[in-house]
Amino acid sequence: MKNKRQKNSTKPRQSWTFDEYTNSEIRRAAETGIYDIRGGGSKRKLPHFDDLLFLGASMSRYPLEGYREKCSTDVILGTRYAKKPIELKIPITIAGMSFGALSGPAKEALGRGASIAGTSTTTGDGGMTKEERGQSKTLVYQLLPSRYGMNPDDLRKADAIEVVIGQGAKPGGGGMLLGQKISDRVAEMRTLPKGVDQRSACRHPDWTGPDDLAIKITELREITQWKVPIFVKIAGARPYYDTALAVKAGADVVVLDGMQGGTAATQEVFIENVGQPTLACIRPAVDALQDLNVHREVQLIISGGIRNGADVSKALALGADAVSIGSAAMIAIGDNDPKWEKEYNRIGSTAGAYDDWHEGNDPAGISTQDPKLMKRLDPKKAGKKLSNYLKVMTLEAQTIARACGKNDLHNLEPEDLCALTVEAAAMARVPLAGTNWIPGSDQKNNLT
Amino acid sequence: MGKLENLDFKKNSLRNINNFLQNIDFKKNLREFVIRNPSGNHAICAGLKEDISVNIKGHVGYYCGGMNQNANITIEGNAGTGLGENMMSGLIHVKGNVSQSAGATAHGGTIIVDGNASSRCGISMKGVDIIIKGSVGHMSAFMAQSGTLLICGDAGEALGDSIYETVIYIAGTPKSLGADCVEKKITKKDLIKIDELLNIGKIKKIKSSKFKKYGSARKLYNFKIDNVSEY
Repeated sequence: MKNKRQKNSTKPRQSWTFDEYTNSEIRRAAETGIYDIRGGGSKRKLPHFDDLLFLGASMSRYPLEGYREKCSTDVILGTRYAKKPIELKIPITIAGMSFGALSGPAKEALGRGASIAGTSTTTGDGGMTKEERGQSKTLVYQLLPSRYGMNPDDLRKADAIEVVIGQGAKPGGGGMLLGQKISDRVAEMRTLPKGVDQRSACRHPDWTGPDDLAIKITELREITQWKVPIFVKIAGARPYYDTALAVKAGADVVVLDGMQGGTAATQEVFIENVGQPTLACIRPAVDALQDLNVHREVQLIISGGIRNGADVSKALALGADAVSIGSAAMIAIGDNDPKWEKEYNRIGSTAGAYDDWHEGNDPAGISTQDPKLMKRLDPKKAGKKLSNYLKVMTLEAQTIARACGKNDLHNLEPEDLCALTVEAAAMARVPLAGTNWIPGSDQKNNLT
Repeated sequence: MGKLENLDFKKNSLRNINNFLQNIDFKKNLREFVIRNPSGNHAICAGLKEDISVNIKGHVGYYCGGMNQNANITIEGNAGTGLGENMMSGLIHVKGNVSQSAGATAHGGTIIVDGNASSRCGISMKGVDIIIKGSVGHMSAFMAQSGTLLICGDAGEALGDSIYETVIYIAGTPKSLGADCVEKKITKKDLIKIDELLNIGKIKKIKSSKFKKYGSARKLYNFKIDNVSEY
């Protein structure tokens, strides 16, 4: 308020606590009486790989020549028990995304891109499609609580099996594919009527706890004659103990998904408030593997917010054997492309922020089962884009590794890193830049 | 016939026994096999593919007949958790009792249990027919999608919770019904199906007219905020 003589007035001040987004959510909840459901992972600002820097080589470390000296990128997954471990040319895999959540052509594009790049792709809740199996040189078949589309013939066609315990976006949560995305084909694969919401349970129907999981893994190995690796995918909840228990249950590979990892559809409150950031999960998981003397024997795949070669090399430096991408792969094939801006506006969103994947109206034709929208995605062209992107990420990671004097991406180590923030230094257990201080390193028991 | 004698857990490993049954040499014209001393081993007869008969002389552990296709498996004893999980076709007959989650997510075929079944019998079943001559535990037919669960005895709490299109026939009484599970009118078609299942299970003591039918009210098929207290 100001009177006529007053020159200065109080500028309207927005609340930090009640910011524009928060207020809009309060109004939306008051109007609709239902929580917000969306796709994707955590959108809040979290400590992440951006908060780490590589030191590079100097007097005490010799770099490798960028365009001449070799820097290996290949990785073998499943060396612990499987007769046929997976051999990948690059340490970047495509994460599980379901046919149902994604269109058939989108799944095909992921398979094509991954195959060109020499890596694997993964099925999701809803079974294995012909397109996906046909176009994926290496395909990981997920075993989820719902067991939608699960059958032994497909199981035997898989190059690896991934038992899904959790997802970073929703540790402890199940899923729901809303009725509007249930086409005839999706309904048939999931043995449910068309148009019915398809709930995915949060617990497996035939086992509970790590002791049972060990027996379940034995059964899967018996059915597949001990040929293929068994992955266990866990959410970033209690990474030390969950990794240790997965190893104890007999996993060949542990896939650990932090809270930036995406989902097809979950409550916003769940995505943003349950689970740990990817950066906070890696060191405790590596601790578990080292304590059990299986680091590198049981491979660790990290996912949740991997975007570029720098993220790949940082995850590997902290002890991962490979990383997995979901959201980034979707963006690479066309998700949230600004060329559809007008259409995003029409459905109340904008390019870059569109996350109502569960509604099935994706203008890019990726998270939809609408035949007209699906046609917008050319699986061959989209697959090529994905392979280009994977190639760039790999080259970027190699560039960094060579600068650190490493002839294999897997030779990167925490010693190559420093942190920009106290939080990142504590989580990654590397020194704060310009210091030799690793917060929390004086604590003997640093388990999470 | 020498191979038959090797299907003995005192003489051979689980891997060897399953491997033998998963890769039958049909030139030898053997279709019937006996497993001795199963001693509660897990995953016995998991992943069988062929139309063969296997008689297991004793108790089995978890996941016996898991993901079975075509095989006819008889267990002369009790069975552990997840009997016939995700079975696609064939027949599993347990002469004793079964533990939790019998027939979980099974897509097809038939499971017969002469005794009782524990909790979550037929959880997320997707087309299998399950015949229980005794009673079933709590949360049986939870999220059951398709197929038929026939119970000659009683059922524990929350029968058919969040059930989809599976049909439950029960001669006894459910302790309580789960969310969205309701009693339905028995039709002539139902009586034919019940008779068919009683015949398969060789059950003569109970008439089809004794059974009640339960299935989905289909009120929770699409999420509505007004139903939130039901979930």
